[in-house]
Amino acid sequence: MSRQQVEPASSSYRLQLQGITKQYPGCLANDKIDLAIQAGEIHALLGENGAGKSTLMKMIYGVTKPDAGKIIWQGTPVTIKDPSMARRMGIGMVFQHFSLFETLTVTENIALALGDEAGDLKQLATRISIVSKQYGMELHPNRHIHSLSVGERQRVEIVRCLVQNIKLLILDEPTSVLTPQEVESLFVTLRQLAKDGCSILFISHKLKEVQALCHSATILRAGKVTGDCIPAEVGTTRMAQLMVGDDTPISTDYPKSSGTLPFLIVKDLSLVSEDPFAATLKNINFEVRSGEILGIAGVAGNGQEELLAALSGEHLVARAEQVCFADTAVGLLDPRARRELGLGFVPEERLGRGAVPEMSLKENTLLTGYLQGLVNNGFINQLKTSQFADQIIKDYKVKTPGNQAAAQSLSGGNLQKFIIGREILQNPKLLVAAHPTWGVDIGAATAIHRALIALRDQGAAILVVSEDIDELFLISDRLCAICDGELSPTKATTATSIEEVGRWMTGVFDQPPVASEHALQTSAI
Amino acid sequence: MFLKLQPRGGASATMSYLSPLLAGVLTLLTGGIFFAALGHNPIHALSVFLIAPVSDVYGIAELCVKATPIMLCAIGLALTFKAQVWNIGAEGQLLMGGLAASAVALQLLDVETALALPLVLFSGMLGGAAWAVLAAWLRNRFNANEILTTIMFNYIALYLLLYFVHGSLKDPQGYGFPQSALFADSALLPILIEDTRLHIGILFALFAVVAAWTFLSRSFLGFQIKVLGLDSNAAKLSGFKHKRLVILVMLISGALAGLAGAGEVTGPIGQLIPSISPGYGYAAIIVAFLGRLHPVGIFFASLLMALIYMGGELAQIELKMPLAVTSLFQGMLLFYLLACDVLINFKIKLAGSNTQVENV
Repeated sequence: MSRQQVEPASSSYRLQLQGITKQYPGCLANDKIDLAIQAGEIHALLGENGAGKSTLMKMIYGVTKPDAGKIIWQGTPVTIKDPSMARRMGIGMVFQHFSLFETLTVTENIALALGDEAGDLKQLATRISIVSKQYGMELHPNRHIHSLSVGERQRVEIVRCLVQNIKLLILDEPTSVLTPQEVESLFVTLRQLAKDGCSILFISHKLKEVQALCHSATILRAGKVTGDCIPAEVGTTRMAQLMVGDDTPISTDYPKSSGTLPFLIVKDLSLVSEDPFAATLKNINFEVRSGEILGIAGVAGNGQEELLAALSGEHLVARAEQVCFADTAVGLLDPRARRELGLGFVPEERLGRGAVPEMSLKENTLLTGYLQGLVNNGFINQLKTSQFADQIIKDYKVKTPGNQAAAQSLSGGNLQKFIIGREILQNPKLLVAAHPTWGVDIGAATAIHRALIALRDQGAAILVVSEDIDELFLISDRLCAICDGELSPTKATTATSIEEVGRWMTGVFDQPPVASEHALQTSAI
Repeated sequence: MFLKLQPRGGASATMSYLSPLLAGVLTLLTGGIFFAALGHNPIHALSVFLIAPVSDVYGIAELCVKATPIMLCAIGLALTFKAQVWNIGAEGQLLMGGLAASAVALQLLDVETALALPLVLFSGMLGGAAWAVLAAWLRNRFNANEILTTIMFNYIALYLLLYFVHGSLKDPQGYGFPQSALFADSALLPILIEDTRLHIGILFALFAVVAAWTFLSRSFLGFQIKVLGLDSNAAKLSGFKHKRLVILVMLISGALAGLAGAGEVTGPIGQLIPSISPGYGYAAIIVAFLGRLHPVGIFFASLLMALIYMGGELAQIELKMPLAVTSLFQGMLLFYLLACDVLINFKIKLAGSNTQVENV
């Protein structure tokens, strides 16, 4: 491979950006961005959603062009016309959402991505084997994509970049889909790549990972560079403040609680999905007590959606007593009946399930708030609905011109605050929240965490399903993980560790989950 | 070089209301060109087509007579379309309503009772509703696409009607003509204005406009229907009962179309004949979209569609044009409406000009 030696360049920088500006209609996405990466450097690009990270890397990869500013590649100013030119220059990119064909093999997928450069398929397969072994990413060239885990699929994307003559690898939020163990092995690969002279641009909003991996960091806020730093030297708090600004509060620690009586009780829940690509739930047992937050960790697609649908009532289970709210068996009740019994639900998709995009906030208040006296004799009580909507907006500091604004006009964080507020203000006895802060900025995430803790302290049972393990450790009182439709044992957050939960996420349960939960239940009876 | 459609950031609200007007203007322009190409003075032809029919009280009354069934059908269709239930079967539901109403009216030929008319109209609504609910049930039970089933039901309804009008409902004293006996006066809709055919059916239609508007904007069921149409996942999660709502909108839609059919046989026609509708149920689909699925919009769009029907008849007489001119204008109207709507939501780009779709 030709990247063994760092080539002597007129400038020691592999890539320099000077004054990069990109204007979109109504939005200055990048405002005079400067950034420099040396050969063999792992450089973090930090920022919240909407800070301009995606726009910037799209310009480096030739997907869009800057309005102003210079891109200097190995000392020479260049105009990157399109991604294929970027690839020829030695720039590779791994997107957050993979573009792989499920029914094709690893080699075929990589050949498709490379186009003419792929050459002979057999030779390509050999190259894939060599490269993947060299960087500690075990990958069989003839496996079909649909049989690979998410972590393995990401390897395919990375190897796709490595089989070319790569000098700069851009990774967009690569760890968001990985278990802690997979993250660790990815970092090993990246460090070795950097040692061999490849520059890496690591885009993330996870400060701990940036601190563990990156040599330097550039922090963006609202399209502008707010700071350059060496992550190992400054604390995560300082980096967070650079990301969100000094006036935004940041989640710290919350006191843990042990709860009182079980409210949500799930017993021997098994579900075989009609959809062949959906996960099957295998004998799930757990309970959530009033006044506690139970967190369920897990990589997406391991049965979370199916479990949540069984709890919300969208998917009815086989026997009523498989899902109970306190003494009432609800497994065969529809979502409305469950709401009447005290269920609040925050779905993963906030636009298109939690809220109707085209409808106003007022109408979206009615969407699940209709049991709160907003409907009289079949007619909508407009005044009460408006008042309820205004109360949500005020109490949860939703930034919006008013309750007539369409849900889709709100930012993700604001809409999520609205949805959580709408559910909490209905005084649920049980709140089920799926990925409550996914894609939400730090300020909104903090507000959401505080709201959940306050609801817990009022005595509600709360179930949080999340992929963000840091979040779960922050707010949960007890933790477990779901893997391939099976639930791990549950432990108090203070009694477990990220490593243990990470093992659970990969399906390594230290003790048989069924037995432990049975013991718990018999003791409860 | 290819033409590419690129989504605009957001559709302008004003333009989405102006688009039906724009479509109307474009239809007139094209119609004018079309008349000129056939050797007519376009101004004269258009005035024969669009102004002459409504130049006197009788004409305006006729306009309302024709607008009544279209309005009733279109209001019902708008409800189903709001719920993303694509009922294309208003024509068949109208025919079944006319058939059921006739069957009952013919049993009451010698009965003088004030209840006759309500009974006949109610039978019509029942006939139309049953025909629509059948399609709704097939959708709920077997996941059968309602577009296909309702279209097929249109034909079944037409042949059922023909079967009866040639058979058991044929007037025994009718010299073998395929038509029923004339209904008794007690089963006919009262006339509103002397010497015209304007009957109280228009009041039903106006009531339907107001009721539908109230239902959609004020009632919780109307809200659920809108949510179901915009976002069925949100409806499901919120506990709205999908299948029941489908049945409900089809029931209302079918009942209104059935009422339209009953109104035709007990109004301007006065008996059952083989052709009780010149495609009102299909025209109502265009009207529903032309009126932006909004009851008030549908009110105006129905009047326009009725005018096109009348203009087509007059053009046949005065300009010696074929009746197809009616369908032509209907088609142009729908075509321009869809085209305008596309341009509101998208702009056209040349794909060769190397512009990328950019997402912020």
